[in-house]
Amino acid sequence: MSNVLILVDHASGNISKTAGELAAFGKRIGGVTALVLAEPGSGAVIADQLKTFEIEKILIAESAEFAIHGIPAIADAVASVLASHSPKALLISTSARGKEIAARVAVKSNSGLITDAIDLSENLIATQSIFGGSFNVHSHVKTGTPIITIRPSAIDFTATSSNPTIENVTVEISDVAKLVSINNMQPAVKGGRPELTEAKIVVSGGRGTNGDFSRVESFADSLGAAVGASRAATDAGWYPHTHQVGQTGKTVSPQLYVACGISGAIQHRAGMQTSKTIIAVNKDPEAPIFDLADLGIVGDLFAVLPQAEAAINAKKHG
Amino acid sequence: MKIAVCVKQVPDSWAEKKMINGLLDRAGVDAVLNDLDEYAIEEALRIVEPLNEGSETPTHTITLISMGPDRATEAIRKGLSMGAHDATLISDSALAGSDALATSKVLAETIKSGGYDLVFCGTESTDARMSVIPAMLAERLGWAQLTFAGVVKVDVSGNKVEIDRMTDAGVESMSANLPAVISVIEKINEPRYPSFKGIMASKKKTINTKSLSDVGVSASEVGLATAWSVVDDAAARPPREKGEKVEDAGNGGDKLAEFILEKRIV
Repeated sequence: MSNVLILVDHASGNISKTAGELAAFGKRIGGVTALVLAEPGSGAVIADQLKTFEIEKILIAESAEFAIHGIPAIADAVASVLASHSPKALLISTSARGKEIAARVAVKSNSGLITDAIDLSENLIATQSIFGGSFNVHSHVKTGTPIITIRPSAIDFTATSSNPTIENVTVEISDVAKLVSINNMQPAVKGGRPELTEAKIVVSGGRGTNGDFSRVESFADSLGAAVGASRAATDAGWYPHTHQVGQTGKTVSPQLYVACGISGAIQHRAGMQTSKTIIAVNKDPEAPIFDLADLGIVGDLFAVLPQAEAAINAKKHG
Repeated sequence: MKIAVCVKQVPDSWAEKKMINGLLDRAGVDAVLNDLDEYAIEEALRIVEPLNEGSETPTHTITLISMGPDRATEAIRKGLSMGAHDATLISDSALAGSDALATSKVLAETIKSGGYDLVFCGTESTDARMSVIPAMLAERLGWAQLTFAGVVKVDVSGNKVEIDRMTDAGVESMSANLPAVISVIEKINEPRYPSFKGIMASKKKTINTKSLSDVGVSASEVGLATAWSVVDDAAARPPREKGEKVEDAGNGGDKLAEFILEKRIV
């Protein structure tokens, strides 16, 4: 029986949490084979971190070319494994890089591609949320091996343990994949907080913060959440643009989204309305954000958030 | 230096959209030039303008390339009024419903015969938001892929280009020899507004309309019937059910915490 192939995302020797999500989706369809593309000598360390997911097999391909030439070299490797292993589907997590790898593999293997799925059924029907979350679309691939990129945090999974077989594979990198050289890579500075698009919980601040994000940040930390911001807040220079949630910023779909002092303009809603649960805190009882909130607190975030934080902390430590 | 800029006409981001049989009803909404493509046009202009300085007829040119219905000429005109020199529109009834794999094929075949040194694209179209066309073009053309560029430096005499790729993962400095496919992010520049002179001049610029057979692609390779993926159904997302709204009477924070704890998300 052929397996589902997942491409493991990793950086600086650590796997991304999306690996577990891809494994969880893959499990619905069949046995999971994880593909680890790594620098020479570092594949085993990465493979070892995959044992907390339900994975049957790990394929490790090591090459220095991945870091030097980037996406085209990675796509070459993925396409060659696709050809040799004929999986039922290839799952990659949605990111600038993931989508471009998927794009090139789709062309190479003449396979259909669906990007940014928020759900995937056992018979490979993908759900996408499009036009700022205003439409849900179901679609499937009808040619080649279905290649599907999946939005981070689209599934909640519990870690288990497995004992996958490990196999080293060699891959050929073509000359065309070596046209580009990456001369320097400066990883994004990561704070102590989770990545916005990958976080299970996001706490966002808007105009109502008046430029003071300290309450939003400290409440986020009590929940282990990422911090987001509305366009009004980033345009005012109160918070970095990289944290903007909305049509022109990031699209997030966490288990819980807490909007603090955000009115909920359509531009912001487009980036967060597919969140599983939404809580809004706003002084204005007429704020449109309350129309989508599962719980709305009409009040001042500077009073509400510290109280909530204290209650959460009391529960955590009690 | 010959530059092609791939552009797309898209429905206005703010327009209310309808889906018919799994396809966006494009005829029923206002259509505009994909605004992310304006950054690509601007960046191309910034490369050729200094090169053309002082010469009466520009030898370094920008051609807009678009695939779409005949009315896409409206969006193309905007790009021409910014300063692009001419345009090619591939328009054919057989193209309706084409997916990214078909689109990239048509664009790549059109680019192949044009003798271009560089192809510029926006990072995504605001309707499909896939961000895959630039990578697919590079793959199909066998050219260097320099995507998500926040900085582009072209060394014309050295036949080289360097970019800073800027994504959530960080900043990568990359280089390659021409030809190359480059996609640019919004941070790269501030696209100009077309001047009155530019708008008048654009009316005299040529838009070459080509059919599929003109670019050497068979109708059986594109369109809805041969799409690599199919939409089973599409439905407007049901509005979220309004939850509970409570006035903070001094215990709003406790209520909030209770709600979260009950949901067992933490």
